[in-house]
Amino acid sequence: MSVRALTLRFALPLALLSLWWFASAGSGNFYFPPLPKIARTFAEVWFSKKIVHDVLPSLARFFAGYFAAIALGLALGVAIGVSRTARAYLEPALEFLRAVPPPVLVPVFMLFAGIGDAMKTIVIVSGCVWPVLINAVEGVRGLDEVLDSVARCYRIRGAARLWHFVLPGASPQIFAGMRQALSIGIILMVISEMFAASNGLGFSLVQFQRSFAIPEMWTGIILLGLIGIMLSFAFAAVESRLLAWYFGLRRSQRDAA
Amino acid sequence: MLRGACGLIALAILLEAAPRLGAVSPAYFPPFSTVAATLASELLQGTFWSALGATLECWSIGLAIAAAAGAAAGIAIGSSSLAREATRSTIEFLRPIPSVALIPLVILVFGTTLRSNLVLVVYASFWQVLIQVLYGTQDVDPVALETARCYRLRYRAQVVHLLWPTTLPYLMTGVRLAAAVALILTVTAEMTIGTPGLGKEIYIAKASGAVAAMYAYVIAAGIIGVGVNFLARWAERLVMPWHVSVRGEIPV
Repeated sequence: MSVRALTLRFALPLALLSLWWFASAGSGNFYFPPLPKIARTFAEVWFSKKIVHDVLPSLARFFAGYFAAIALGLALGVAIGVSRTARAYLEPALEFLRAVPPPVLVPVFMLFAGIGDAMKTIVIVSGCVWPVLINAVEGVRGLDEVLDSVARCYRIRGAARLWHFVLPGASPQIFAGMRQALSIGIILMVISEMFAASNGLGFSLVQFQRSFAIPEMWTGIILLGLIGIMLSFAFAAVESRLLAWYFGLRRSQRDAA
Repeated sequence: MLRGACGLIALAILLEAAPRLGAVSPAYFPPFSTVAATLASELLQGTFWSALGATLECWSIGLAIAAAAGAAAGIAIGSSSLAREATRSTIEFLRPIPSVALIPLVILVFGTTLRSNLVLVVYASFWQVLIQVLYGTQDVDPVALETARCYRLRYRAQVVHLLWPTTLPYLMTGVRLAAAVALILTVTAEMTIGTPGLGKEIYIAKASGAVAAMYAYVIAAGIIGVGVNFLARWAERLVMPWHVSVRGEIPV
């Protein structure tokens, strides 16, 4: 990487960070404490038992819900997508269920599942499943017709057809849905804990805010931001690996055009 | 169409039968007819409409700000390759920060006002628009761009005649995605911050044990979600009837 590219990449983030650092350095504003102070507090607050007590349970619920939603959405979505009849019957109902803003389901599942881990995981599943499901249906519907005919000619059926044709063909669209589900899942992880919890990131954030522990609250905001960034980068890494063929295909098509 | 209606009716029957047959407790999950009747009676009351109005107000203002800011920033950044490279890492870092992380901050700074909600809604939906617009500015036909340069079109003319028409479809895709995100964040903000709106009504209904009313509001929120999706698609067709059919979507 050239010096110019490196400068371009790091100049603005560094400038913004140092602006925040120096602008807030002597800040007497109660709500906007100096960044150096936040940084010190960050280490005190999170490099402690809080990691085990709050961060890991939150992440465990998030991953459990997210992966369950992917499995469920994929299974239902592919099943609905391959059948024209099923699509015709179910699409309006799915359209409605998807349009319900997931956070309103938090109180609903509190009724059913109480306020434990089960409720939070179910809330995350119920919100994340729709983007995956709808995109799987769309992806299966948009499969290449020529490839479909070829598969038929060669009598590729059943599991082989699913594994070698349907799933790979629909995967770019499915990944788009999984990416939407990722940000919805983070929202639901946080707010399900804001409502009713005894541990977790959202719970800690609310505790800090209610007790006016402002620097601590800022560290929570920053930690949540970092988690969002890390999940997004991890997702991008997985996606670019599994969909390498697709990105390569698009690149070559674009260059040819 | 007809079969779709059958599917919806089957869903309603399922929601009716499950509590009646005892598969779920009616105390937690009233039969669909009870919920529908509650929704109908809520529709006759002022509180429902003022909550709906508050939700739609926050949603529309937030979406409008996000769309305008996203389009302006996207075109400004996208029209210069230097600006694009310089901002890429910053955008990649700021975009995935979940806007719910800001909830405690806005509660302290703005309290339970519309402004608190707007911060969350705008932050979440701004990135959806910006990313699509940035993709759009990349998509300008190179031949058209060189032609424009040959004719010495100024920056303004290039933006108006070249960049804007190319970017518009992407902008509309961004707005459509942002419309759904903005609704989610509006309701979230109402529930967690306590500003007036459907989200707050749902929370109140839950807290006071008015289970049927809670479901009625959930269904109302779903209907608004459908309306929002529908509106966004309609706006797309209205703004650019020439483009919808030929455009692929960028998976973000």
